[in-house]
Amino acid sequence: MAWRHSVNGTTHVFADLRTLLARASPLRSGDQLAGIAAATASERAAAQYALADLPLADLLLHPVIPYEQDDVTRLILDSHDRAAFAPIAHLTVGGLRDWLLAEADTAGLAALRPGLTPEMVAAVSKLMRLQDLVAVAAKCQVTTAFRDTIGLPGRMSVRLQPNHPVDDPRGVAASTLDGLLLGAGDAVIGVNPATDSVAATTTLLHLLDQVRDRYAIPTQTCVLAHVTTSLRCIEQGAPLDLVFQSIGGTQATNRSFGITLPMLAEARDAALSLKRGTVGTNVMYFETGQGSALSADAHHGVDQQTVEARAYAVARAFHPLLVNTVVGFIGPEYLYDGKQIIRAGLEDHLCGKLLGLPMGVDICYTNHAEADQDDMDALLTLLGVAGVTYIMGVPGADDVMLSYQSTSFHDALYVRGVLGRRPAPEFEAWQQRMGLDTAPARIPASLSPALIGLA
Amino acid sequence: MTDAPGLWRGLRRFTPARIALGRAGNAQPTEAHLAFQAAHAAARDAVHAALDTAALAADLAAAGLSSQAVRSACPDRRTYLLRPDLGRRLHDADRAALVPAPGAIAFVVCDGLSALAVQRHAAPLLARVLPALGQSGPVVIATQGRVALGDDIGGALQAEAVAVLIGERPGLSTPDSLGVYLTWQPRPGRSDAERNCISNIRAEGLPVDQAAAKLLWLITRMRQLRLTGVELKDEQPAALPPSK
Repeated sequence: MAWRHSVNGTTHVFADLRTLLARASPLRSGDQLAGIAAATASERAAAQYALADLPLADLLLHPVIPYEQDDVTRLILDSHDRAAFAPIAHLTVGGLRDWLLAEADTAGLAALRPGLTPEMVAAVSKLMRLQDLVAVAAKCQVTTAFRDTIGLPGRMSVRLQPNHPVDDPRGVAASTLDGLLLGAGDAVIGVNPATDSVAATTTLLHLLDQVRDRYAIPTQTCVLAHVTTSLRCIEQGAPLDLVFQSIGGTQATNRSFGITLPMLAEARDAALSLKRGTVGTNVMYFETGQGSALSADAHHGVDQQTVEARAYAVARAFHPLLVNTVVGFIGPEYLYDGKQIIRAGLEDHLCGKLLGLPMGVDICYTNHAEADQDDMDALLTLLGVAGVTYIMGVPGADDVMLSYQSTSFHDALYVRGVLGRRPAPEFEAWQQRMGLDTAPARIPASLSPALIGLA
Repeated sequence: MTDAPGLWRGLRRFTPARIALGRAGNAQPTEAHLAFQAAHAAARDAVHAALDTAALAADLAAAGLSSQAVRSACPDRRTYLLRPDLGRRLHDADRAALVPAPGAIAFVVCDGLSALAVQRHAAPLLARVLPALGQSGPVVIATQGRVALGDDIGGALQAEAVAVLIGERPGLSTPDSLGVYLTWQPRPGRSDAERNCISNIRAEGLPVDQAAAKLLWLITRMRQLRLTGVELKDEQPAALPPSK
């Protein structure tokens, strides 16, 4: 079945749905690299018209990757809830855009989640301007919990990311304390290990657990090792709160990450069995990012934003505490400049939220992208208005292990300040107990460095 | 309060991360802001600097090594950043100039994302490695090149293996970090899982003499096993790819 539309005197034909979605996507370098982007601005406009006329139900009839070939497609279609879909079953993609902007409210959007598929939310986002991506996301509310409650209205949490080039425990501890003093850490204290081994991960898990315990912080810790590493750490009795994994939107992408869906289920069961959560049982932490499927040659000709939304179907099957897109990490061959990164960050945030995920964004760039701190400030502010669940907190915005720039502890304070957002309630109460509610110029006695081995 | 603000600053001795910056309202103070901007400028300049191939060839010649220069299929830096496929391919006009060296280990010096790293560390590294192997070449200097360009070059040279020395993506604090990728029986289509990597070669990271020793160890092991990649375990401590 082909789709077509005439614009500016020329008829454009789109051979299949994945082509239509790709051609309708706002310009980005990754789709150009894949050879699937619209060739002209007029072709893109025609594709957006044709996409707007597409009945949502057609997206269920024509999977972008065949059911027989891909377990993510099977997950999406097998878990689709027809009853939840009913209120919008009569709509086109364009009609859904209008409905989301005009009719939808927070409760209605929550009820709709099981009826939405990644392809539906990706399609509608392609018809949206930045303000639409912000306005609809701001209506979504997704709440999760482990040792504190993430995603409540008026709140914005921060992952404290105290990475160190060689996983030095005292280096990690020092960055952690710096972040706590600057209000970060209520989403998670999460380290990317320089070395993904059971021994190194176990050492870091014990260190983070000790810091959390000594300061009595109502938060969770995580070492962002491979899921197989985390499983072995659990088996060996390490104090593990959250299982981390990078995930993608196709079976082949996940294979390139060395994972399968049953492996994620096994890891979740193992983490749940530890019963370490105090106010909730969300034990998974996922990261995603546009371009990973193309990078692994696993995209099946599907545009990178639609594949990214499919990763959220994987995520929501495992009831995560946290999900974030690492939007600018992958490099300029996928998102070339600040403009492309900003749009992608807002698309990912909205698509994740519509599908029911506690969506954070690693607002970031690499030094070979055409982007700088001003671009990150723009995306940070937009995401703050959109109600982003959490952002990263990296000392001075400079990750000295991963060699990229994310948001700083200060950046989070800025958003909380200008938009009146507060930390998670349990964490906020802890800050008051510790004397951190007003910007401390010194280290309070309750957070003595000596307590965590920094003598 | 346990101590003066100096104690917070004292945390800096534990990590190179930008901690204890102070505050100006919710923002970073001017000093920290300017330091960040300067570091980003250095990284950006490293990405966009052109490799001075003549100077590099002269440095190599001074170490008794002859070299020749080739280009990838990327005409400029913007194309290089947008089209990794072209950065992996040898420019057609330069292919014929490569003289086969069957059975040798070929060395390809690529600008990658930091010409600065290559300019500083490539010649000293090769000056330690090639004599130890009893080789004086072949050394190929490649511009606008990705790691896998070595597969194309190594294949054209009929080399036993190729070692690609390439400028790594600059971090804010690391504009001049060199990486080395070793690939057994190079030919187009090799995957990254079929290579061994030594990364973070720079004065403050892995010093050149240690990197040379590690590369020679890997080459010896490669020749015993007749392969590179995940099956060739680097038993010396090394940086692994990060989780992001």
